[in-house]
Amino acid sequence: MLAVEVEQLKKYYGDVHALDGVDLSIPLGGVYGLLGPNGAGKTTLVRILATLLKPTHGRARILGVDVTEDPGAIRRRIGLAGQSAAVDELLTGRENLEMVGRLYGFSRTEALRRADEVLERIDLADAANRTVKTYSGGMRRRLDLAASLVGHPELLLLDEPTTGLDPRSRQDLWDLIEELVDEGTTLLLTTQYLEEADRLARQLVVVDHGKVISRGTPDELKAQLGGDVLELHLEDPGKIRVVLEQLEGLGSAPATIDEKTGLISLTVGEDTGAVVEALRRLDRERVQLRDLSLRKPTLDDVFLTLTGHTAQTDEPEPTGRKARRRARSGDRS
Amino acid sequence: MTAGAVVGVRTRPDGLAGTAADIVTVAKRNFIRVFRTPELLVFSTIQPIMFVLLFNYVFGGAIPIPGVDYINYLIPGIIIQTAVFGASNTAIGLTEDLQAGIVDRFRSLPMARSAVLAGRVLADTLRNLWVILLSIGVGYVIGFRFQAGLVNAILAVLVATLFAFAMSWVFAAMGLLTKTPEAAQAAVFVPIFPFTFASSAFVPTETMPGWLQVFAENQPVTFAINAMRYLVLGENEFLNLNAGQVGLAVLWSLLIFGVFFYLAVRLYRRSGE
Ligand SMILES: Nc1ncnc2c1ncn2[C@@H]1O[C@H](COP(=O)(O)OP(=O)(O)O)[C@@H](O)[C@H]1O
Ligand SMILES: [Mg+2]
Repeated sequence: MLAVEVEQLKKYYGDVHALDGVDLSIPLGGVYGLLGPNGAGKTTLVRILATLLKPTHGRARILGVDVTEDPGAIRRRIGLAGQSAAVDELLTGRENLEMVGRLYGFSRTEALRRADEVLERIDLADAANRTVKTYSGGMRRRLDLAASLVGHPELLLLDEPTTGLDPRSRQDLWDLIEELVDEGTTLLLTTQYLEEADRLARQLVVVDHGKVISRGTPDELKAQLGGDVLELHLEDPGKIRVVLEQLEGLGSAPATIDEKTGLISLTVGEDTGAVVEALRRLDRERVQLRDLSLRKPTLDDVFLTLTGHTAQTDEPEPTGRKARRRARSGDRS
Repeated sequence: MTAGAVVGVRTRPDGLAGTAADIVTVAKRNFIRVFRTPELLVFSTIQPIMFVLLFNYVFGGAIPIPGVDYINYLIPGIIIQTAVFGASNTAIGLTEDLQAGIVDRFRSLPMARSAVLAGRVLADTLRNLWVILLSIGVGYVIGFRFQAGLVNAILAVLVATLFAFAMSWVFAAMGLLTKTPEAAQAAVFVPIFPFTFASSAFVPTETMPGWLQVFAENQPVTFAINAMRYLVLGENEFLNLNAGQVGLAVLWSLLIFGVFFYLAVRLYRRSGE
């Protein structure tokens, strides 16, 4: 039996093809990553798998059961933590989970027992009797995740579980995910972060515009990318030509330049020598740098490599993209 | 962490009993919410008190109704109007749940689908019952008295509660159509105002212009008010009150419930496609 089996899945909203023929097969056990930018169709896919949404076309089987044939049987065996926390503000954390337990069909005692067990596990025991209104954003996300664990699901669907979490909470969540995997739970996790997919997932699919554009292990994907990127911002944009000439022959591919921002990128991979050499040459030419960074490949690079365009985001280009990169490098430090 | 572990400790029965258990769970949650929203509690308490006092003292002198104290005429009208206002909270609450993703949470659980709507309607109806009793209590302080005996008094409360229950289903359907609390907030007043004011709630319909009179005398809010009024005052030739009006009000409540229950459940199902 497979955890998830999806064939030619399509979901249309009028002219919008949210999913445009997706095939997936996810074995039992481990974390399966679904990587894609905003609007790629990740949430739509997760909602179909969680029986919240009916596909326009195609088939989806969860744990051997077709989503349109017996959704009730599937709901008993899966857990869902959606993209935003679906918890009741006016109830306490414990009341939220007790309610979920009751709706799974457990007795009151059992529902409370499970609520406390999950609260302990998700590190919210101290806040259990406070109304959710007083929780921070990260605590709400954790409670939402806790709600998805009350039924001890065989398959857990997590839609961008770490978006909006501070680095510490993100780390805690990653640890929890690894624990769940050790216990035999299968997880499908969507993310916009290559780093997260890399860290957690055994297998990955990359989606864009409702289509799978690549699949494989994180290592296979990264191998296509060529590794670390050196980014240079010049004090004097007039020097760009000189710099490009100097960088010739360095790195695994010719340096590229972002026309709008003047940002020069050079993929150097693991070759630190290339970085040193590049800087020495620029120094020799007396090129002043305003900004310099060495960064890990991001989803944008995946897309640049796979499709020739960068990941399309809701944020205004190009400042938004730069800001996002900064935020990510910030997360790592 | 196997399916067996989950299924083994589930104690909820299948079928109707299981659905009832889910309705109670959802209603309990909505009930807790009411008590933790003091603003809602305070205003839904103040509103009937204010209406009883205001309408009694503003219209009381202007509208002589032969053989009837105005307060005894007014209370049934206030109660039905208040019940309609109260039922509109079903639309607001439902859209808030949709927006907060709570409905998605419910949908992802192995619970009875109808319980999401029915649990909310049940909680809203109980809150409405409280407001109905409160209005009667306030009326008592300023002179309201049931004229037709205890049984009829109890029946009056039941008729009003049944009507509130039916109206909650109307507003459940409206909530599912409007989807956001802001839209629902605006939309609910479209039916509320004509149906509650162009009715026999505050003044006898004979005082209205002919065209309005036709509407006011033949719409469900007036039917419910007349039924309550009969149960409060007993038969009254001048106000044209008789036992048949109770039957009519019950019939209309059931009809409204039937139609809008069907619509709301359909809309709820469709919102997942
Ligand atoms: N209810 C809807 N109506 C119309 N379009 C929608 C709806 N839900 C999603 N979409 C569109 O479908 C596409 C995929 O959305 P989504 O699955 O939310 O992507 P992701 O989760 O990857 O950001 C987007 O273009 C989005 O605008
Ligand atoms: Mg999404």
